[in-house]
Amino acid sequence: MNALPSVFAAIDSGDTAWMMAATALVLMMTPALGLFYAGLVRSKNTLNTFMMCIAAIAVAMVTWALVGYSLAFDGTGDLIGGLGYVGLHGVDFLPRNDESTIPHLLFMAFQATFCIITVALVSGAVVERMRFGAFLVFAALWSVLVYAVLAHWAFGGGWLAERGTLDFAGGVPVEMASGFSALAAALVVGSRKDYGRQALLPHNAMYVLLGAGLLWFGWFGFNGGSGFNTGTNSVLAFTNTLITPACALVTWFALDLIRGRKATAIGAATAIIVGCVLITPAGGFISPGWAMVLGFLGALPCYAMIQWRPRTRVDETLDVLAAHGIAGFTGILFIGLVAQIGWNGLADGLFYGNADQLLDQALAAIATPAYAFIVTFILLKVIGALMPLRASEHDEAVGMDVTYHGEEAYVTGEGAILVMPADGDEVKVPVANPG
Amino acid sequence: MKLVVGIVRPEKANDVLEALYRAEVRGVSMSRVQGHGGELERVETYRGTTVQMGLAEKVRFEIAVSDEFVQPTVDALCEGARTGEVGDGKIFVMPLDQAVRIRTGEIDHGAVTPVDK
Repeated sequence: MNALPSVFAAIDSGDTAWMMAATALVLMMTPALGLFYAGLVRSKNTLNTFMMCIAAIAVAMVTWALVGYSLAFDGTGDLIGGLGYVGLHGVDFLPRNDESTIPHLLFMAFQATFCIITVALVSGAVVERMRFGAFLVFAALWSVLVYAVLAHWAFGGGWLAERGTLDFAGGVPVEMASGFSALAAALVVGSRKDYGRQALLPHNAMYVLLGAGLLWFGWFGFNGGSGFNTGTNSVLAFTNTLITPACALVTWFALDLIRGRKATAIGAATAIIVGCVLITPAGGFISPGWAMVLGFLGALPCYAMIQWRPRTRVDETLDVLAAHGIAGFTGILFIGLVAQIGWNGLADGLFYGNADQLLDQALAAIATPAYAFIVTFILLKVIGALMPLRASEHDEAVGMDVTYHGEEAYVTGEGAILVMPADGDEVKVPVANPG
Repeated sequence: MKLVVGIVRPEKANDVLEALYRAEVRGVSMSRVQGHGGELERVETYRGTTVQMGLAEKVRFEIAVSDEFVQPTVDALCEGARTGEVGDGKIFVMPLDQAVRIRTGEIDHGAVTPVDK
């Protein structure tokens, strides 16, 4: 117990308090994403879509504690970390290094919530047809083979971090990783059977808007917590998380009005996500003025992608590539142009005389999509060789909710017969008479 | 002149609409109904409550047609709605005393024949 005073001398209570709140905010983003995604699918797949996000919490938290955290944050190997923290061994109340002012355990928890939401994000590519069991297996392996590796590259002392690539809150392991993995997953799992034949429309726009609002709220913890303290970079990222999505909304309204003469609500919800993703890598590194420019201009390629993708044969159902992959890519490169040492204390970008920073950013923008796409593609091919990835045509037609969960989102109860096991005999009692 | 009523699986409704369109049958009403026709019952569980869902979601088509269109309409319903499993639905054909097109006051054959252009 003699060690205690020195332990807590290094810990800042304000930083620790903020990081506990931020961790809870980021965890809330996963059910929020569940709402957002569930609103975008047909009513017969509402629960399954939400359950993929809940499953991400279950699966990714376990893999993260067992091995993912260690591979991401133990040591400074170029490509992957070590096994020193397997099973959270040695992850305790001490700060993890000299710069850190929060307990290692809290740092691990904060990072865990990132792994969870990234796994949940990928599900958007395969909703409405992927088998739930196959998704659980995929989620477990992907969280280690893709997320933990890329988190090590960008955050854990891997080759990108070592070069000086700037990624504040996860343009590499979260946004580009989920976006380009989603593309690979959509290609391997294949289109929904009705894709391109029927209009497959969002069944509840209110869920989409509510989910987007809660995601934005949670994103203040996601970006604002990624400085791991209450210092200047954290305040900058927090404020930019307010500014950039607002600017992305303005652009989206304008584009909607020009193209269709109507500003759409689901478009606005999408713009909020796109804006939050754009500022994710850049939050603590660029000035509020440039954060506005990033919101206004960065929304353009994402909007174009969202208009173009449904005209292709690729059923990347909820446009994870456009909203996360392309936006993350744009944000990562934008840092290389407009980073200012006066704002971030670390590095300037091309516009302020440092072309090397753009090169470091470009390397991340090339290597991350390539790694995420290739590993996800191979992983799903391997899982697909061992078990079916998709529901049968019949099950897909009936819907994932009844097929995999034995529940419906909008059950009426009319004609439902109570099944009561009594003395081994099933007694049928009518509980509702349809009249 | 007959009224053709087809009760089909909701997931096959689009296929039925396509088949009707190919058979040049225009003028269709459809509604969501709940029904029971002997299909294997679905068991669902909500917390501790396990229930058998006795009624299944169905889509009901109502199509008023002149006599020469009765068989093509029935064929199109069968073609679009059939999966081969229990629960594909039923078709009922019944006599129709009179049909009136409200806009023009046309009756019977004129009322159930689509306006070209």
